[in-house]
Amino acid sequence: MVSVVASVGRNGVHDFILLRASAVILVLYTLLLAAFFLVTPSVTYNVWQEFFACISVKVATMLSLLALLVHAKIGVWQVLSDYIKPAFLRGTLQFFFSILLLAYLLFGFSIVWSV
Amino acid sequence: MKKQRPVNLDLTTIKMHPAANASILHRVSGVIMVFAIGILLLTLSISLSSAEGFAQIQGYLDGIFFKFIIFGCLSALTYHVLAGVRHLCMDLGHFEELASGNTSAKLIMIIWLAISAVIGVWLW
Repeated sequence: MVSVVASVGRNGVHDFILLRASAVILVLYTLLLAAFFLVTPSVTYNVWQEFFACISVKVATMLSLLALLVHAKIGVWQVLSDYIKPAFLRGTLQFFFSILLLAYLLFGFSIVWSV
Repeated sequence: MKKQRPVNLDLTTIKMHPAANASILHRVSGVIMVFAIGILLLTLSISLSSAEGFAQIQGYLDGIFFKFIIFGCLSALTYHVLAGVRHLCMDLGHFEELASGNTSAKLIMIIWLAISAVIGVWLW
């Protein structure tokens, strides 16, 4: 049975939608980065820095970091709830990964913020 | 729900077909990505910090160890995206039959290996 306390959204159906919506954002961002490397024959520091300094890339990066938090939080929950049966251990791991993912979000924000 | 259903949880007795392999690899690559994102963010942070930081990352990428780590991250990402898109197609009602599911699973494996090879050539 899906316990509501462990879900990111309001319920399982909401999580289902959130997982897929965030996946679409992450695919688009991956394609954006892939396209950058494809059209840039030699990536120098100036080109790299200017790309991430562009406000639309900053917004796309921060949006993707937010999508990543939601996507990975649900994904980690799916994996942990399938394989880790002892409730305390599962909760502890869930806590650890949630903090890690939140740290990714803040770290990522601070990276693009300062460019 | 009936409780007396036959249940076989001994995975070693179950023959894995392509769709099953595609599914478990999607999960494995997802778990890898949770850690890979940390490595990629750290790399991004150093490369954007200064010209020296960028040169430092370029220096690391000349080494076989870091090159292999980055290759692993990008290969896992490639697989996760491909299998994820396949799952989204299945949500829309495609590749849900045994034959088409196995065919699409084999197809993403081939595309994954091809893109991984391209990434490998590009990095080396």
